[in-house]
Amino acid sequence: MPIDVSAEVIRNHPLSTDYNVLALRAPAIAGAVAPGQFVMIKPGRGFDPLLRRPFSVFEVLRDADGTATGLTILSKRIGASTAQIYDAGPGQRMMCLGPLGRPFTVVDPPSEAWMVAGGVGLAPFATLAESLRARGVKTALFYGARRAAELFYLDFFRQLNVELVLTTEDGSLGEAGRVVGPLDRRLASRPASAPVMLYGCGPEGMLAATARIAIKHARPCQVSVERVMGCGLGGCYSCVVPMRGEDGRFHHVRSCLAGPVLAADQIRWE
Amino acid sequence: MDLSVRIGALTLKNPLIAASGCFGYGVEYADIVDLSSLGGIVVKGLFLNEREGHPPPRIVETPAGMLNAIGLQGIGVRRFVDEKLPELRARRATVLVNVCGTTLDEYVEVSRILSDNEGVAAIELNISCPNIKEGGIQFGCSLIGTHDVVAAVRKVTTLPVIPKLTPNVTDVASFARAAEEAGADAVSLVNTFLAMVIDVETRRPKISNIVGGLSGPAIRPIAVRMVYECRQAVKIPIIGMGGIAEARDALEFMIAGADAVQVGTANFVEPGIWPGLLDGIGDYLRRHNVARVSDLVGTLDLREREKAWTSS
Repeated sequence: MPIDVSAEVIRNHPLSTDYNVLALRAPAIAGAVAPGQFVMIKPGRGFDPLLRRPFSVFEVLRDADGTATGLTILSKRIGASTAQIYDAGPGQRMMCLGPLGRPFTVVDPPSEAWMVAGGVGLAPFATLAESLRARGVKTALFYGARRAAELFYLDFFRQLNVELVLTTEDGSLGEAGRVVGPLDRRLASRPASAPVMLYGCGPEGMLAATARIAIKHARPCQVSVERVMGCGLGGCYSCVVPMRGEDGRFHHVRSCLAGPVLAADQIRWE
Repeated sequence: MDLSVRIGALTLKNPLIAASGCFGYGVEYADIVDLSSLGGIVVKGLFLNEREGHPPPRIVETPAGMLNAIGLQGIGVRRFVDEKLPELRARRATVLVNVCGTTLDEYVEVSRILSDNEGVAAIELNISCPNIKEGGIQFGCSLIGTHDVVAAVRKVTTLPVIPKLTPNVTDVASFARAAEEAGADAVSLVNTFLAMVIDVETRRPKISNIVGGLSGPAIRPIAVRMVYECRQAVKIPIIGMGGIAEARDALEFMIAGADAVQVGTANFVEPGIWPGLLDGIGDYLRRHNVARVSDLVGTLDLREREKAWTSS
C-alpha cells in the first residue's frame, strides 16, 4: 500500500555533471519496496514544476541490524525537476509517494538472470541484483552508456558477483557500440536448454531492440518502461502503453498500475 | 459547524468533490484517501462502450499547470457498473458519474443505464471535453445543443443532472442559463481551456493530439471569474472548479458563487490533499463565525467599492 511522506534528504552524491544519487529518509517505503517498484517525488515546493516525477528505487539503505532506513534514487538532470534533485542538499525535504507499481518477477536457479541497462536505466537493477544474489541466481549486467565516465556503480555490481558486460558508444570502456550487440551474440551461443530471464531498463529504442532480440531467441523478457506520468496511482491515464490483451488486441494500459515492469513481448513497440 | 451542501435534491456531507478525469474511477485512490470522507467523487467520463483514448504522450507540464489530451479512455458504462460501482458503494463513496456521448441518444442511453443502478448519486454531463472531435463539445459550444442534451437526459432520469460547462466560449453564463432553462439541477464549471505547447527544438507539439486542455493553478482566476458570472445568471447550484490546490482556493470559488467545488489536477500532485482542505475550510468558518459553509456561497462583498464610486 503506497504511503506519502515528507522525506528528508540524507545525502546527495553527484556522479557526474548530470547524474546524481539522492538518499531520502523514507523508512516505511524503503521497508516495503520490491525490485522494480518506483516512487513519485516532488523535489520542490510550489507550482513550477507542478507535477511529481517517477523514479525507480535505486538502493534500499539499511542500518546495522538490516532495518530499512531510507532509499536512494538515480537521477539524470534533464529538466526542472531533475535539476532540483541534482541541486538538493541534506536536510531538505521532498514529498515521496510509494512504493508504486508492479515489481520484477525474480527468477530462481537454474535460470540465469541477464539485466540489460542503458544510462539511467541502471536504476532498478541494484535491488534486483541483491534479490537475485540472495536466491543464488547467476547474474550478468549488460550495461551501456555514451562514454566510460557515465558507467556507474560497477564495483557495487562486482561485489554482488554480477558479471559485467559493458559497452560505450565512443569505445572508451568495454565494447564500442550499443549494449544489445553483445546481448544478441551471447543469446545466440546459449543452448536453448539453459534458461535465462532478461530484464531491461533504459531508452525506448534500447528496450525495443532488447524485446526484439528476446523474441528472436525465444527468451522471456521483462522491461521496466518509463512514460510521462502524472500521478503514479492510476488517476490520470497519461502513462499508457499499448499491450496485447486476452482478446489478442492491443489496449492502452496504465504503466503505473500494470507496470512499470511489463512483459516485453506483449508491448506494441512503436 | 455544518459543512454539508445541497446540490438540488442531493445533500453532500461537505463541499469537496473529486473532479472527473483526475481521480480515475475513485477506487484507485482508496488506499490513500478515505473515499467516504469526500463530499463526492466524479468518476472518469463514461461512454456506452470502451474507448482506447489518444496515443501518448498525453500530458505536458506548463507553468503552474498541465495540458492533457487523454481522449476519454474508459471502460464504458456497463463495465463501470459491474466492476467499479460495487466497490465504491462498499466504501460508502458518494458517486457522481461523468456521462459522455457522441450523439444525443448515447447521452440518454448511458444516463438511463446509470439511473437503473443503485449507488449513483448524480449525473454530470460532459459536454465540454476539448480533446475529442466527436464527443460533447459540439453540444457544449452551442446553446441549443446544451439545451437539447440536458432536456433529453432530464426526461429519462430522476437523478440530479449537472452539465459540465466549457470555458472555451465567449459567454459561459449564457450556457449556464440554457442549462437551467432545460431543467438542469446544477451546473459545474470549468472544464479545461483549449491550449497548445510546442517543442521549439523539434518544432513538434508536445502531446500527440496537438492541442489539449489546460488545468491547474494557472487557470484558477479565470475559472473564479466565470463562476462569478454564472452566479449572476442562474439560480441553480454551481459546482466550481479550476486549479484548486488549497483551502483558500476552494473558499474563493464559494465566495464567488459556487455551492460546492471540485478538485482535479491537485490530486496528481498531492493525493492526500483532502483532510487538509477540509480542515482549512473549517478553520476559516470558525475564524469568520460562519455556522454553515453554505452561508458563504456568493458572499462576495462589493459594498466598499460601490460606496467609493458613488462618493467620488
